[in-house]
Amino acid sequence: MFKDSLFKYFAIFCTSIGLIVLALLLFDIFSKGLTRIDWDFITNLPSRRPERAGILTALFGMMWIVTLTILIACPIGIAAAVYLEEYSSKNRFAKFIEINISNLAGVPSIIYGILGLEVFVRLLKLGNSVLAGSLTLSLLVLPVIIVATREAIKSVPNSLREASIGLGATPWQTIQRIVLPACFGSILTGIILAISRAVGETAPLIVVGALVYVPFVPQTPMDQFTVLPIQIFNWTSRPQHGFVVNAAAGIIILLLFVFLLNSIAIILRNRHNKRVKY
Amino acid sequence: MYKLEARDIQLYYGQKHALKGISMAIKPNTVTAFIGPSGCGKSTFLRCFNRMNDLIDTCRIEGEILIDGRDIYKDRINVVDHRKKIGMVFQKPNPFPKSIFENVAYGLRINGITHKKFLEETVERSLRQAALWDEVKDDLKKSALALSGGQQQRLCIARTLAVEPSVILMDEPCSALDPISTAKVEELIHELKNKYTIVMVTHNMQQAARVSDRTAFFYLGELIEYDDTPTIFTNPAKEATQNYVTGRFG
Ligand SMILES: Nc1ncnc2c1ncn2[C@@H]1O[C@H](COP(=O)(O)OP(=O)(O)O)[C@@H](O)[C@H]1O
Ligand SMILES: [Mg+2]
Repeated sequence: MFKDSLFKYFAIFCTSIGLIVLALLLFDIFSKGLTRIDWDFITNLPSRRPERAGILTALFGMMWIVTLTILIACPIGIAAAVYLEEYSSKNRFAKFIEINISNLAGVPSIIYGILGLEVFVRLLKLGNSVLAGSLTLSLLVLPVIIVATREAIKSVPNSLREASIGLGATPWQTIQRIVLPACFGSILTGIILAISRAVGETAPLIVVGALVYVPFVPQTPMDQFTVLPIQIFNWTSRPQHGFVVNAAAGIIILLLFVFLLNSIAIILRNRHNKRVKY
Repeated sequence: MYKLEARDIQLYYGQKHALKGISMAIKPNTVTAFIGPSGCGKSTFLRCFNRMNDLIDTCRIEGEILIDGRDIYKDRINVVDHRKKIGMVFQKPNPFPKSIFENVAYGLRINGITHKKFLEETVERSLRQAALWDEVKDDLKKSALALSGGQQQRLCIARTLAVEPSVILMDEPCSALDPISTAKVEELIHELKNKYTIVMVTHNMQQAARVSDRTAFFYLGELIEYDDTPTIFTNPAKEATQNYVTGRFG
């Protein structure tokens, strides 16, 4: 009995530490950066003078990167998951691939950066471009998307597949018309969570060469780019106080972005759970 | 001429010998009931007729299954086309998470039929045949998942009828239903007999006696006895059958 309540208080204590640290961090950032955020801050190009610097290029770089990453990673990830769940026979080879994908999801992101640098930037000669960055981030989120999509596909009861096959549907028709629509919400949730992770990634993009002063908004996938986390990282390493304030303001924007993505994911999941009960 | 014929079917799930040399012939426009204790292979045998066991990786089958005299495992038949001629109704109602209309229209849509009038007519005719039309005609757009269990099962029957099969396989179609829904489905089976050949698995002896013309008793993967239903229930040749139908085991 005593041990029980002791453990309870210990757990509460641990939880509070996490929450307090988080609250302090947020307080620090908001008190420094909130007043700096205005329309100019969002629409200004980078500048040597902190009060005139803005995040426009970083914001657009991020949009470019996110859009391209989604376009590259989603079709491949979903196709891979569909193959593994619905087509491949459950033999040793499939097991091998399965274990490897799970392991890939746990590889430190900087390793992907090094791979991207070697393969996309140097070997394929894409340079420090949006495309090289997106391809690298695609590698990073691919395992996460595959695992999430497989889980979603697994949750579709077999009875629905049998009903469809029994009516003379081909396996592909069954996947396309029954399985994927039935688990679309969960797949989308997984994708959004994967992307929201990618949005905050700095290391792999630094390695592929995004850490450059980019005075212009990227116009094509082959342009150089920077993204918010890198802009923030850049500002924090400057000595002037004005840049520290800018960094705090940039962090707030980034937090809002990630928060928004996660909220969408949660709303989608809840709506999906309510709608589909078998 | 028989509608369905099985010749010495041996079926294995990996090492497990699930069906041990089953032969059976079924005449058109009859209702055949499969009875027997759980795990004796009734569902497995039923699923041989539309090659549903193909979906199971470990499953291996020997012997011949003939439908209208054609061997569906050997002749170069198209499995997908073949399944269109053999409808199946499952133990648990399994409507798609779509509207009532789309559920019934599914079998047509996968064949590329988009003609609106034709779809509507077929959906209505199928729902009428399945004795469900009057209950749902005003909310065809509603989700099929909102229907009661008995309605869902009749919807699944309607969905099967829409593709106009000649054989309907039913695996314990009433086991998840209340008595009133069960009575409706049984009545339905009786009417469908005029157009279709029906094979059904049932755990309910009275149901087998009420709706079927012929009854097959399975035990441990073997076909013990197969005869006219009245004979099976009143004067079976084998003692095991006698014991089972009188409820002494199983
Ligand atoms: N997918 C499967 N894999 C392995 N064994 C199976 C599978 N399906 C059924 N079996 C086995 O085959 C036997 C017959 O099962 P089944 O045909 O479902 O019996 P019934 O329908 O008469 O209750 C059972 O012993 C069951 O354990
Ligand atoms: Mg069964």
